[in-house]
Amino acid sequence: MSAVLQTAKLCKSFGALTVAANIDFALEPGARHALIGPNGAGKTTFVNLLTGRLEPTSGSVMLGGEDVSALSSAERVKRGLGRTFQINTLFGNMSVLDNVALGVAERRGGAAKWWKPASAYKEVRDEALELLASLGIADDAALRVLDLPYGKQRLVEIAIALGLRPKVLLLDEPAAGVPKDESERILDALGNLPKDIAILIIEHDMELVFRFAQRITVLVQGEVLCEGTPHEIEHDPRVREVYLGEAHV
Amino acid sequence: MEAFLSSLVSVAFHGVAFGMILYVISVGLSITMGLMGFTNLAHGVFAMAGGYVLVSALARFQMPFPLALLLSFVLVAAVSVVLERLLYSRLYGAAELEQVLFTIGLIFMSVAVARLIYGTLQQPVLLPDYLKGQFSLLGRDFPAYRVFLIGFSAAMIGALWFGIERTIWGAMVRAAVDNRAMAQSIGINTKRLFTITFAIGSGLAGLGGALGADIVAIQPTYPFEQLVYFLIVVSVGGLGSLRGPFVAALLIGITDTACKYWVPEFGAFFIYVATIGLLLWRPAGLFGRRA
Amino acid sequence: MKHPVGYNANPRIRWTEWLPWVLAVIVFFALPDYLSMGARVLTYILFALSLDLILGYAGIITLGHAAFFGMGAYVTGIISVKLGVTDPFLQLLASALAAGLLGLLTGAVIMRMHGLTQLMLTLAVAAVCLEIANKATHLTGGADGLAGVVVAPVLGMFKFDLYGKTAYWWCLGLLFVCWWLVRRMIYSPFGASLNGIRENRVRMEAIGAPVTARLVIVYTVSAVMAGLAGALLTQTNQVVGLNVLGFEPSGELMVMLILGGVGRLYGAFVGPIVFLVAQDYLAKQFPEYWFFGIGLLLVAVVLFARGGILGICDGLIAKVRGRS
Repeated sequence: MSAVLQTAKLCKSFGALTVAANIDFALEPGARHALIGPNGAGKTTFVNLLTGRLEPTSGSVMLGGEDVSALSSAERVKRGLGRTFQINTLFGNMSVLDNVALGVAERRGGAAKWWKPASAYKEVRDEALELLASLGIADDAALRVLDLPYGKQRLVEIAIALGLRPKVLLLDEPAAGVPKDESERILDALGNLPKDIAILIIEHDMELVFRFAQRITVLVQGEVLCEGTPHEIEHDPRVREVYLGEAHV
Repeated sequence: MEAFLSSLVSVAFHGVAFGMILYVISVGLSITMGLMGFTNLAHGVFAMAGGYVLVSALARFQMPFPLALLLSFVLVAAVSVVLERLLYSRLYGAAELEQVLFTIGLIFMSVAVARLIYGTLQQPVLLPDYLKGQFSLLGRDFPAYRVFLIGFSAAMIGALWFGIERTIWGAMVRAAVDNRAMAQSIGINTKRLFTITFAIGSGLAGLGGALGADIVAIQPTYPFEQLVYFLIVVSVGGLGSLRGPFVAALLIGITDTACKYWVPEFGAFFIYVATIGLLLWRPAGLFGRRA
Repeated sequence: MKHPVGYNANPRIRWTEWLPWVLAVIVFFALPDYLSMGARVLTYILFALSLDLILGYAGIITLGHAAFFGMGAYVTGIISVKLGVTDPFLQLLASALAAGLLGLLTGAVIMRMHGLTQLMLTLAVAAVCLEIANKATHLTGGADGLAGVVVAPVLGMFKFDLYGKTAYWWCLGLLFVCWWLVRRMIYSPFGASLNGIRENRVRMEAIGAPVTARLVIVYTVSAVMAGLAGALLTQTNQVVGLNVLGFEPSGELMVMLILGGVGRLYGAFVGPIVFLVAQDYLAKQFPEYWFFGIGLLLVAVVLFARGGILGICDGLIAKVRGRS
C-alpha cells in the first residue's frame, strides 16, 4: 500500500530554535492515525508544515505521491488535503449552511460565478445539507454559527473540511474546548467519517485517541519518539515516561 | 564643482534637519502602533497642537523660547492622556476599521477647531534672537536655528533611546511590544503602560511639531498633509522599532529635500514611488519584525 | 451588519428596494430647482457604493479611494478639453477603463499585503495621483484645474443644461445600472465568497479559495465604479479640479458611508443623501462647525452606533417587532 501522505526528513527551524527535526511519517489510505505528544512537542507545527502554512527548512512533504513541499495551502487543498483548526476558524456571522456551502462551491468550481444568485445553485446547497445531516446538525442549517453551542461549532468545523472531499483529513484537536456532555457527539461524528478518507488526528484526550486510532505516532520536542498500534504505545516504557505518566488512561 | 558640493552639503544639512523632526514626531506613532496595536491616524494632530502651543506662547504670551518648547511637550502630553483614557481606550480591542474611522473623526474635529481659533494661514514662528542668524561650522554658514534643531533633536532622541534601553518603563514597553499577552500575564499593568507611553509619544509629537514649525508650517491642514510622511516613516521603518524609523526618517528627509531642490517639478513624487517600491520589497519595513 | 446573502438567501427584489428609485423620480417632478443638487447626490451614492464594495463587503480598508474617483474625473475632463471628445458615453467608457486599469495594477500589488503596509500603499497611490495632477499642469491644469469641459447632448438629443434635467436622468440611469449589477454580484456565489473573505480570510484560504485573485477582481470593479462616479461629477459640473483627489474626499466619503451603514447595500444610498443635504444647509452657514460636526459624528458613530443610520433603524424595527 503506498502512503497517501508522507514526509521525508522534514525539518523546521526558526533561527536557532528547531521545532521539527527529521520527521519521517507515512499515512496510509483509510488510516485512522493519531499524533500525540506533550505540550510544545510541535504537533501543530507539524500540521502547519503538512498543510503548507509553514515552509519547511528542509525535507519534503508528499501528497498522493506528489512532492507538494513548495505548494501553497490552497493548492494542497485542491489536491485533497483538508484540515480543521484547533480553535474554531469559522465564518462566525454566517449561517451554518453557508459555512459549509462556501467550501463545497470552491471544490465544485462555481464559487466565482457572479451573475446568477447563489441560491440558484441547488446542487451546492443540497450537498452542504447532506453533509450537515451526516453529522447530525442539519436542523441548525439556517442558524448563525456563533449562536450554536461550542460542541456543534466544532462539528461545523469538521463539516467544512468534509465539504472539500479530501483524501486526507487532518483534525487538530477536534474535541478541544468541548464540554464533557457534548463530546459524545464529536466521538460519534468521528466514528461515522467516510472509510476511504485517511485521517490524522491530533489530540490530548486519551480516551478519544484510544477509541479512535488504529496507529499512534508520539512526537516529543519535534522528533518522532515512536510509532505503533495503541497497544504497543500504551505499553512502551519510553512513552509512559515522557507522556502517559501525566495522563490517566 | 564647488557650487555643486556646496548645494550637496546644504541639501544634506536641511535634509537631516527635516529627517530629525520627522523622527521625533513619528517615533511616538511607531511605538504606540507597535505597543497598542492601535492605528492612530490622528497622530499628526498632536504635532500640530504642539506647533500651535509654541506659536501662541511666543506670540501672545511672550514666553521665553525654552519654556514655550517645554510647554508644547507637557500640554500636548496632558491632553493626550485625557483623550486616551476617555476615548482611545474604548477601542483597543476594536476592529482596525473602527480605529481608522475614529481617528479620522478626530482629525476632522481638530482641523475645524484649529481653523476656528487660528484661521487658515500659516503661523509665523517668532524665534528668539539668539537662535536667529547664521552659525559658523567648519568654514560654512548654516542657519543657526536648524543647527539648534538638529542638536536638540539628537539630545531628545538620545534620551528616548536611553529610556527604552535602560529604564524599567522601557523594558516593559519592549516586552509588551514583543508579546502583549505574555507581558500581561507576568504582571505588567498594560493599562498604565499604554497611557504613559501614549503620553510620551504624543508629547514628543507635540515637541517635534513645535521644533519643526520652521520647516513644516503650522496650519490647519497639517494632519491631513503630513499624515503620509508619518505613516511612511513608520511603515518603512518597521512597526514598534526604534532604529528603523530613524533611518527611514533621515532617508525621507534627505530624499525629499533633494528632490524639492533639484527636481521641483516632480515634488514628492519620488518619495511616494520609492515608498511603494520599498514596501513591496520589504512589506514589514526595513527593520520591522512583522508585516 | 446585515448581509442577506449566501446560499439560502432570497434574491428577489423586495418592494422596499424600489422605494429609492420611486423617490428619485418623484424628486424630479417635485423639486425642479434642486436637480443639480440631486445629480450631485446620485454621483456620490455611486461613489459610496463603490467604496462599500471594497470596504463593507470585502473588508479591505482603503484611504485612497479618491484616486479612482479623481482618475475618472480627470480623464473625462482631459479628453474633452484636450482631445475634443465630447460624447458622454465615450467619456464614461474612457474614465471606466482608466480607473479600472489603475485599480487592476495597484490592486494586484496591494491585495497581497496586510495591515499597515496595505493601508499605507492605498494612501501612497492616492498621494502619487494627487501629486501628478498637481504637477502635470499642461495636462491637468495643475492647481487651477480644467474648466470648460464640454459634454455633447446624450444620443444627440438631450442637452446638459443649466437646470440639470439631463444631468439628473443621466446620473440616475448610470446609478441604476450599476446598482443592479452590484446587487446581482452580492447575491451570487462570488458575493458569498467575498463575505467569507471578510469574515475569516484564513478559513477562506484553507478551503482553497484564491483569495488574492478575488480581492483584485472586486477592487478593480470598485475602481471602475468610482471612476464612473468621477466622470459624472466632471460631466455635470463641466470643470475638474484638485479637490477630487487626496485624503479629504476619501475621508468625507467614509463619513457618508459610515453614516448610512457600512456593508449594507443601502447604506451607500442613505449616507450621501443625509450628508450632502445637511452639508448644503449647514456648511454654507457655519463651515467650521460643519467640519467639526462631521468629525464628531464619525467619532460618535464608531463609539455608539456602529451600524450607522440603517443600523439604528434595524434596532428600532426589532424593538417594535418585539413588542407586537
